[in-house]
Amino acid sequence: MAQAAAVAKPPPSTAQPPPGKERRRRRGAGASPRRLPYLLIAPAALLMLGFIAYPVISVFYYSLRHYNPTKPWRDGFAGLDNFVTAFTDDPDFWRTLGFSLQWVAVEVVLQLLLGLALALLVNQTFVGRALARALVFSPWAVSGVLTSTIWLLIFNSQTGITRYLADIGIGSYGTSWLSDTGTVFPAVVVAELWRGVPFFAILILADLQSVSKDLYEAAEVDGASRWRQFFHITLPHLKDAIILSTLLRAVWEFNNVDLLYTLTGGGPAGETTTLPLRIASIAVDSHDFGYASALTAIAFVILLFCSLLYLRLSKFGGQDT
Amino acid sequence: MTATLTAPGKAAADAGTGSTMIGRTPRRQIYLPLGLYLLFTLIPFYWILLFAVRPTGSTSLVPWPITFEHFDKVWTERSFATFFQNSLLVGVVSMVMTTLVALAGGYALARFDFRIKRGFMLALLCSQFIPGALMLVPLFEIFAELRMINSLASVVIAETVFQLPLSMILLSGFIKNVPYVLEEAAWVDGCGRFRAFCAVVLPALRPGLIAVGSFAFVHSWNHFLFALMFLSDQGKQTIPVGLATLMGADSVDLGALAAGGVVAAVPVVIVFAFIQKWLVTGFSAGAVKG
Repeated sequence: MAQAAAVAKPPPSTAQPPPGKERRRRRGAGASPRRLPYLLIAPAALLMLGFIAYPVISVFYYSLRHYNPTKPWRDGFAGLDNFVTAFTDDPDFWRTLGFSLQWVAVEVVLQLLLGLALALLVNQTFVGRALARALVFSPWAVSGVLTSTIWLLIFNSQTGITRYLADIGIGSYGTSWLSDTGTVFPAVVVAELWRGVPFFAILILADLQSVSKDLYEAAEVDGASRWRQFFHITLPHLKDAIILSTLLRAVWEFNNVDLLYTLTGGGPAGETTTLPLRIASIAVDSHDFGYASALTAIAFVILLFCSLLYLRLSKFGGQDT
Repeated sequence: MTATLTAPGKAAADAGTGSTMIGRTPRRQIYLPLGLYLLFTLIPFYWILLFAVRPTGSTSLVPWPITFEHFDKVWTERSFATFFQNSLLVGVVSMVMTTLVALAGGYALARFDFRIKRGFMLALLCSQFIPGALMLVPLFEIFAELRMINSLASVVIAETVFQLPLSMILLSGFIKNVPYVLEEAAWVDGCGRFRAFCAVVLPALRPGLIAVGSFAFVHSWNHFLFALMFLSDQGKQTIPVGLATLMGADSVDLGALAAGGVVAAVPVVIVFAFIQKWLVTGFSAGAVKG
């Protein structure tokens, strides 16, 4: 929750360099202390300018152009053509955008609720806690592609879980949840949950460590029930952590390409194609970089707008903290 | 895996020993949901191990006798030996670069007040919301311009850049937790700023460096998209791309796929086992109190 701390409460004691520092400058590692901070951030700043800022600007630039390496004769200024096409002439744009929002909403809400429950659970004192924590957190380190690998093995129609379920009389042989438009959504949601819940659980558990025990003791003395303790002590304390991890996760899930690309390839019948997947396929298959950039620009604006709205609605880092 | 599966049961047997935790939760309310969640977590791991070590065509749920034919196959025939080397190179180099660059920047943010500091902080926070996945086209152009397409350097740079913001914020939080007076005392003793940093700050930063370094390694090891887009030679590809290729084949060889997945998991499991006890404290010490 570094961001939480960085935005909400810059500790006044350390934000300012302690007085007296300037007097002791002497041998400042070969640079005068005035220039030193700039030298120190220079490598990071240059890398970010070159490989983050410049690409962002060029996305907006390309979005206003026809740009397709396979059709160079059409290249040139396009004005808002690409955007007009997206909004009026591309049903796939609306469909993939809608699926993206559905995907983000379902994943983030379920991950947050399960992650919170899991964090509270492994925050209790019990025998075997360290091992239990290590085990339930372990999918956090697993990649999207490996998650796909695992769930492809589970969902495959011949030797997947449905076969063994059919053996004991549940369902029928040869069912493949990933290729049926009715079951593919819950199937990929479960696969992503498996990997995503530990993220929330780890961050929330970390934040739980800093709740003062005195508060619970006082509440206990006052006879507050565990539910009341949760709603009046734990939840307010976790507020910033929850807001920030939810926001980061939402952006992250919006752009999650690894899992869907490898597990379903956006199928069946385009049923699980998110906007970023569609952008990637436009760029890779039809090389229409201009149009792909326009869709990317739209995605940027949506992400920015949602982030601001969310921070605003949740009054993040308000005076009460 | 079997040893770990029995843990909750064993723990439940010991549950008679009372707890002094405030607001005790009955044992049943802990072990029942925990056991269920453990099943959800562990069955998929068991499943991939099962497929990796049982012979082709077997449908037994107990992998005995085990076979290594699938591992032989992915390692040699499917070039996972090469992919493994490439992934390791990308992971280690990005880890070192990310940590060094973030350490320098994080130190500046933690210890100095300079004119563009607020703007730079804001840029770091904002770049969290800029997804690498949407930047493939312009990044591809840049690397083409730099003649780095099909070179592991492009992937290393891209991984490093997209990890820098978070790593820098985390490390500056850890550095702020090291009292400034310790450094000042070292200067009084005649150390230069750099020597004081090495002697005083660096040792105290160990947990922070471990956390940031291992995030960077695990992330680059796992990441798929940049390698997929920037590397086209088969000999240059990384493990996630190799796995995706196995999955994309017309008739998927499940045994080989499972073995490939296990190979992909090994370094991550080692790193995770090493850092997991720092995972929670690392976040709380370095970041939350930041």
